[in-house]
Amino acid sequence: MQLEIQRPGEYSMRAKSAHAHNDDRESTSTTVFGFWIYLMTDAMLFATIFATYAVIFTNTAGGDGPGQIFELPFVAVETFLLLVSSTTYGFAMIAARAEKRTATLVWLGLTFALGAGFLAMELHEFGGLIAEGNGPARSAFLSGFFTLVGTHGLHVAAGLVWIAVMVGQVVAFGFSETIMRRLMCLSLFWHFLDVVWICVFSIVYLLGVILNG
Amino acid sequence: MADIPGIAGADHASTSDTHAGHGTYASYLTGFGLSLLLTAIAFAVVMVPMVSRTATILVVAGVGLVQICVQNFFFMHLNHRSERWNFISFFFTVLIIAIVVGGSLWIMYQLNANMMG
Repeated sequence: MQLEIQRPGEYSMRAKSAHAHNDDRESTSTTVFGFWIYLMTDAMLFATIFATYAVIFTNTAGGDGPGQIFELPFVAVETFLLLVSSTTYGFAMIAARAEKRTATLVWLGLTFALGAGFLAMELHEFGGLIAEGNGPARSAFLSGFFTLVGTHGLHVAAGLVWIAVMVGQVVAFGFSETIMRRLMCLSLFWHFLDVVWICVFSIVYLLGVILNG
Repeated sequence: MADIPGIAGADHASTSDTHAGHGTYASYLTGFGLSLLLTAIAFAVVMVPMVSRTATILVVAGVGLVQICVQNFFFMHLNHRSERWNFISFFFTVLIIAIVVGGSLWIMYQLNANMMG
């Protein structure tokens, strides 16, 4: 890609190695941009699920509504875990850029633990609702709730698998251009999930309780 | 590697400003602090009712939108120096989301009011 700007007499070893490096960087910025486009389409997917939920959430089929089944202090703790994990992933990226392997692994491990805590709390909430007879089949509201929050939870679970894989790759391969590229994409993914969660707790939990308490 | 002045130097300058660009401890902590504050406000106005229902709805929606901007800026580094197409695709996505969500609510609640009311 950089061939056009090379002038005669510049084909030294130094120029060649810089050329290879530029190609690497170009491939990284192309890959990260492609991943960004994926995130934008994922945002549109979430938008359709949010729209569905917003249309049907008042239809409780005579059963419990948001005000009866949501425990806001519990949701606040979930929110806190995910927010802290977004920040610790940022610290992992700073450590990775400085090529500090131990620090990177500690921050990634912490991010994983916080994400796993969030997911455990969500599954606990789901389990409690189903045990009370408020499963996804109970009403349109609960179908929409489980679809929306479950889709977000599925993304978090995928993110946890990805973090675990990256921990293994950093241990095995260190900080090559390829590893940094993957860590960058994962950082966008993980921060994106926290942004989606802002919409979930604001719309599903908080507005749900206000509008249908 | 970047010891060829002009070419490699210029290239480096442009890539270091991308959206996946470099946060610092200070910028991540600023984003974290602001997000925490905005989240606390949103939960507080719902859990301890202080203002009218309409005002509560507006506050929750408002601080939610602000927090999305805060996290886009401090965590995802989406700002005016981002690569052009990241920004353009982001605003295109916002437009589609507004049409999908706004349009669905408008049509379905209109239908509900007209047919069932």
